[in-house]
Amino acid sequence: MNSMHTSQTKTYSVAIIGSGGSGVVTTGQIMLKAIANAGFYGLMSRSSGPQIRGGESAAMLRIGKDPVTCLDDRFDILMAFDWLNSDRFNDEIPLGPNSTIIRDPDAGDIPQELLDSGAAVIDAPLTALSKEIKQGRVNMAGLGFISDLMGIPKEAIQGAVEDTLRRKGPEVTQAAQSCIEAGYHATKTDSTIEKLPAIDNPNPRWNISGNEASGLGAVRGGVRFVAAYPITPASEILEWLAPNLEKVGGSLLQAEDELASVNMIIGGSFGGVPSLTATSGPGLSLMMEGLGLAVTSETPIVVSNVMRGGPSTGIPTKSEQSDLNIALYGFHGDAPHLVLGALDIQDCCFTTQWAVQLTEELQTVAIVLSDQSQGQARAVIDPPPEATAAGVRITAPADSEDYLRYSVTDSGVSPMAIPGTPGGIYTADGLEHNPKGTPSSMAGDHQVQLDKRLRKIVDYNYQDDWAVTRGEGENVIVTWGSSSGASFEAAERLTANGHPTKAVALRLLAPLQIDRLLAQLNGAKRIVVVEQNHSAQFFQYLHANQVLPGEARSLARPGPLPIRPSDIVTFMMEDF
Amino acid sequence: MTCQPPVTPLKAKDYKSQIKPVWCPGCGHFSILSAVTKALAHLALSKEQTALISGIGCSSRLPAYTDVYGFHGVHGRALAVASGLKAARPDLTVLVAGGDGDGFSIGGNHFMHACRRNMDMTYIVMDNEVYGMTKGQASPTTAPDWTQSKLTPHGTGVPSFNPAAIALATGASFVARGFSGDPKTLTQLLVEAIQHKGFSFVQVLSPCTTFRPEQKNWKHEVHDFSGEPTQNSAQAAHNIHVDGGMGVGIIYQAEHPVWEPTPSATHTVDDLNMGFSL
Repeated sequence: MNSMHTSQTKTYSVAIIGSGGSGVVTTGQIMLKAIANAGFYGLMSRSSGPQIRGGESAAMLRIGKDPVTCLDDRFDILMAFDWLNSDRFNDEIPLGPNSTIIRDPDAGDIPQELLDSGAAVIDAPLTALSKEIKQGRVNMAGLGFISDLMGIPKEAIQGAVEDTLRRKGPEVTQAAQSCIEAGYHATKTDSTIEKLPAIDNPNPRWNISGNEASGLGAVRGGVRFVAAYPITPASEILEWLAPNLEKVGGSLLQAEDELASVNMIIGGSFGGVPSLTATSGPGLSLMMEGLGLAVTSETPIVVSNVMRGGPSTGIPTKSEQSDLNIALYGFHGDAPHLVLGALDIQDCCFTTQWAVQLTEELQTVAIVLSDQSQGQARAVIDPPPEATAAGVRITAPADSEDYLRYSVTDSGVSPMAIPGTPGGIYTADGLEHNPKGTPSSMAGDHQVQLDKRLRKIVDYNYQDDWAVTRGEGENVIVTWGSSSGASFEAAERLTANGHPTKAVALRLLAPLQIDRLLAQLNGAKRIVVVEQNHSAQFFQYLHANQVLPGEARSLARPGPLPIRPSDIVTFMMEDF
Repeated sequence: MTCQPPVTPLKAKDYKSQIKPVWCPGCGHFSILSAVTKALAHLALSKEQTALISGIGCSSRLPAYTDVYGFHGVHGRALAVASGLKAARPDLTVLVAGGDGDGFSIGGNHFMHACRRNMDMTYIVMDNEVYGMTKGQASPTTAPDWTQSKLTPHGTGVPSFNPAAIALATGASFVARGFSGDPKTLTQLLVEAIQHKGFSFVQVLSPCTTFRPEQKNWKHEVHDFSGEPTQNSAQAAHNIHVDGGMGVGIIYQAEHPVWEPTPSATHTVDDLNMGFSL
């Protein structure tokens, strides 16, 4: 069985590798800009070793006429600036007989494992070319070479170089342009690599990373205060927010640790300002007590958690969907809250915005799960849609008579007095309390407040945004987060090959929309649950909520390798 | 046409809530509650523009007993909640209250960084050198040879924490010590602390009559702080070490840079959207 690569339009997958300082990531970023200039969509994922600077790194691109949300099964082109530690990427950059390796004869021999793939080899004298140019760089010569090979218009590359390197000054930019020019003229014409088609009248598109999209979603949702502690792979959210929050009248505070950051945003939100923090697994672990405080005191906050390999320090630079359990169950006590998962880079914006709106409206906590593979990846996308929940916090008017902060209402949401409001004075409390907010250890108060905090989030109508469903068929793939792109593509391939398949990607993970999900699974003959973690956390969760029949199967694999469409197709086909 | 009632100045009791404190009879915290409300009345602070933030412990019950906006959070994190509130709402007067365990042990890291950050707020630590709410364990300020806790029957054997020295060393711009048994001086210190622009730290010696009955003797041990208030941190450090820990008064007061956000809404969200457009 082949991988059934029948996606409607062809995509192009390119990997660039090299050791530290060789400019791999810059090359990938310029290439992504260039294909954007030429009218394409694209995705650039990156992988690096554990070194802060100087380790080996890889830029992995997929380019298409339509939006791309996952890496492909194999790479069409691998360009290497050198082969030092290149074996670390053997699993991440699969090649096949249709692949082409571009190598610089001055950079040594290609490792045998790569040649065993059957890939063709093209020599590119990148070192020699760049030596002839003052301040010449191998990576820019390579960029010219590969661009010519792929048929990326020269002006698209030149514009991208200018745009990226301008801040480094005219000399650097000129040297890069000369290298690109030299690379362009050095290509042989007998390559079998298919040229990119021309795109007429391209759609308006954006160039954005997943972490930037999360930051933008926060601002769109109304967040104007952020406190956070730096952590890989979430820091780019904060680095984008720091200057941009100020521009819209907000602020960011760098906290001393994650215990502080979560409590700081509780303080900001208590003050009436929508607040968010961003972190990754170890930070989320430290925040759990504070999150319970926000649940009990009904102070709306959002945590954007960009997952990495865990537990403990784990694999900080690489991706895994293994924080679902802590997001769902990490709280002590009964602490109803929202858990959402962003489906791709574009959706980081929508889901974060929606999470802010929901927490404001419901005065609760949301944990938004993203991961390294989308947070630190960059894509050319359609502009992200706006989330459309009301997103307005219900506040207490001035001079309310006998104001009760935690009054028992039908919806479960009680008007919140914002400091500064006359007649609204109360003390927010993490102790269980009565409707006024006075600490209480009475069974009746506990029951009433627990019911209220649960009711407000389970009775809410999340509309159609709870999931994205694509395709129809008796085979159903159920997934979440960054596994969604590969799942959608797998469903498309299976359907095109006579096995009608639907993929359901949940955006709202808690409260689980059981009836809606059951409706999607109605009539399914085969169900596969796809996720990137070792213990099948999502599969177990769905079982615990009794939404899966006994025959449902789990495709769960830990990071850091992405789950590719062919993995899902092959797994599904085992059951046919 | 409505007739506005004449504005009458608020009295200390107007800043008290109706809730009866859980504190033991004779607890020093009663006088601190009283001094806080007197200081608020003295400064004629608007009740709804004032917030009192706390963590967990006997002293952290303070917000519920006052009639200003309050937040009673989790153990050790009062300064973090308060810092977030002040950053988001610089217009509010922010007070933070807690005990020695809450502030110096579980919240020790926040204490140091709040001093460094020097945000404009007042931190009152009601120090009784014991964990009262959990029924009598040693805190960071407990002397190493105190053997009355079942948890440390031989004493902690660990030198006690010096709050004023740490506050000074980590950048607090106002450092003072008060005594619950001298509410008049305490009220005055709190007034000065609240008026000071920057992070004001006030350590208040507050006897725990239940678990540390020997502290009833503190009234004989406290004295006016032996040094003059100074803006010289080296001098203040010297004074703290010479004084011995029972001196009451302002120890240090200086102008340090205050961390305050400087947002300026120069752009719309749509401008930010456009930043990603090709």
